[in-house]
Amino acid sequence: MSESLEAEVKTNPQGDPITSMEPEQKTNPQGDPITSVAAPKTDVKQDPHAEAKKQRIVTPEYMFFEAPRTKEFITGSESAKEAVRRSNVDLSIAYPITPQSETMQLIGVLYGEGYVKEYYRGEEEYGVMSAIAGASRAGVRCFTATAGPGTLRGLEPIASWPGHRLPALAMFTCRVVNAPLAIQPDNIEVSYLLNCGMVVFHAENQQDLFDFIMKGFIISEKNDVTLPVGVACDGFFVTHARGYVRMQEKGIKLPPREAWRGAVPVLDAENPPARLSRDAPVQKSNFMAYNIHAVWQQEVWAAVERSRKYINQYMGGLLTAENVEGADAILVASGSAVAQSREAIRLCAEKGLQVGLIKIRSLRPFPTAELRQLCAKAKLIVIPEFNYVAWLAKDVAAAIYGYSKAKIVAGPHVYGGMSMPVEMIVDEVTGGLTGKKSGNVPMSAIMGCDVDQAAVAHFMQNI
Amino acid sequence: MAKRFNIRMAGVGGQGVVTGSHILSTAVINAGGESTIVPFYGSEKRMAPVESYVRVSDEPIYEIGEITFPHIIIIFHPQVITHGKSYTMPFYFGLKEDGVCLINNDGPMKLHKDQARELEERRARMFYLPATKLSLEVAGMDLATNMALMGAIGCITGLTTIDALAQAVKDRFLGKGFVVSGGTAALDSVVERKFKKKQELIDKNVAVIKAGWDFAEKNGWDEVSKAAKKAEVAAAAKA
Repeated sequence: MSESLEAEVKTNPQGDPITSMEPEQKTNPQGDPITSVAAPKTDVKQDPHAEAKKQRIVTPEYMFFEAPRTKEFITGSESAKEAVRRSNVDLSIAYPITPQSETMQLIGVLYGEGYVKEYYRGEEEYGVMSAIAGASRAGVRCFTATAGPGTLRGLEPIASWPGHRLPALAMFTCRVVNAPLAIQPDNIEVSYLLNCGMVVFHAENQQDLFDFIMKGFIISEKNDVTLPVGVACDGFFVTHARGYVRMQEKGIKLPPREAWRGAVPVLDAENPPARLSRDAPVQKSNFMAYNIHAVWQQEVWAAVERSRKYINQYMGGLLTAENVEGADAILVASGSAVAQSREAIRLCAEKGLQVGLIKIRSLRPFPTAELRQLCAKAKLIVIPEFNYVAWLAKDVAAAIYGYSKAKIVAGPHVYGGMSMPVEMIVDEVTGGLTGKKSGNVPMSAIMGCDVDQAAVAHFMQNI
Repeated sequence: MAKRFNIRMAGVGGQGVVTGSHILSTAVINAGGESTIVPFYGSEKRMAPVESYVRVSDEPIYEIGEITFPHIIIIFHPQVITHGKSYTMPFYFGLKEDGVCLINNDGPMKLHKDQARELEERRARMFYLPATKLSLEVAGMDLATNMALMGAIGCITGLTTIDALAQAVKDRFLGKGFVVSGGTAALDSVVERKFKKKQELIDKNVAVIKAGWDFAEKNGWDEVSKAAKKAEVAAAAKA
């Protein structure tokens, strides 16, 4: 309550001054003083958007590298909210699904405060992702989020975004998708996103989520990229847990989307929806149609490649590497598996084993060249994952094939919502080095030198 | 102090398993250590299984999720063992060698011979604390069972002090911004009504913590932590 309001003469609804005094101190039945007071009724209408209107636009370079930051202890959902608050987002649409619901509820709060210009709940994810396509095509900056079954339901429109060259940011709070149904973390849905033609990042923690979302918007809208960016994190482990996040002040935001900079013109009265839908040849089965489609796909993936330089510029690389040189073994991981790997490395050090860590931040584009260089002299590579299918191990094995003689252990894996005991990772490192049979990973999931080739063939058939 | 303690607490709904873990964790953080908690339960209701996991370290803690291989297990209710009211079966699953098992029961329990053998094989140190009895005696209610257990584990492990635990209790009931679930909020108000003033509530809780601590000390349960501390001091003196 402000000083000036208290000084005003209080009146009842009829306009008479209220003269009776309030009791000196109110107490609750337990005898504690009641200190909270009802909000003062006042005719002065406060603009709920006042703070948002005061936000200053700063350059991405200032926002990411120069602006002072303060540390807060918040959930992943809250860190996503804070990223969107500073990202000058025009429109956000989503349909609720655990564990994404909190995030989008918080984006709703931002809409109430005026930080996001438009916001609504879609009917379901197919509609949501289609609406995001329309909005992005109209030239505005879009944010959406979904999880697990929602990702798969929305996958058809999502898979069409890159071909339509639509910049947007989609957050995926990964959870189980298969039957029997579960809401727990499992990042198998990432494997479906990897081949859409979008840029895909995987956040380890709340800080990554905050940074990747903001940087994702800027990378997404670069002229020679003009693609959607997906930011995945492991549901609950990141979204519902608290961690330290270093953030810039609330009073600054990124520059708005400048749609004219995009690789394709925005939709308006003079520009009908993207040429490829309008032009007749694409609708026909003839050589021109095949050719147009083929060229278009090449261009989408070429744009994914071109995003590398911006990922290097803004995110400091597609991966980070720690203590890889001369290590007894290297752990390669993304998302929450990185967090587990850090503790496994500490346990290995207690056993006298020096284990390096490669954290993959960008899954698309994939850090192929970087991995070839870092793994050139590796003896043992262990790839822990929170899914059954080993999508990361497949990509790593394909990337370094012929460039490294390392033995590759595609595991350990947990799925269906389990946490990964770090001891499982330690077992794979010690087992891999001593040649002992693993209790967690089948022989068929071990690739590389000194391996039974029949077992490798069996693995390749089964992945 | 060892670099890391992983603690798994199992009990039933309404006993303050999550609150107990929160207080232990806060006590560690207040003393400059690092700690995280992960609560785990199904539908929140009285007498339903609850687990909570506390990690304690002197270094940053990165990993997330449940603890499968704990150094310390705290069982809040004998039914966790006798009725299998637990997400982890048997209750000592994954206990590391030379681990600690603190169980709320009036005297040693008769365990199945296979379980007794497996516990012996991994050289588990078993401690039976009459925590509910202590809570009833000291606070006049059973809702401070968790406090007795936290006091005893503090004494056994040397992880924290009575003062730090007492400060954590104050933070919990007087501090701002602590978010509790609906069921816990309802229980808080029951506890607050029982004690006229919050100060009395805090005092009683701290008294139960001290009773648990004293019980452990009186029975010589702190030998190991004392020996560890001595070794640490000796090592420091040598260096």
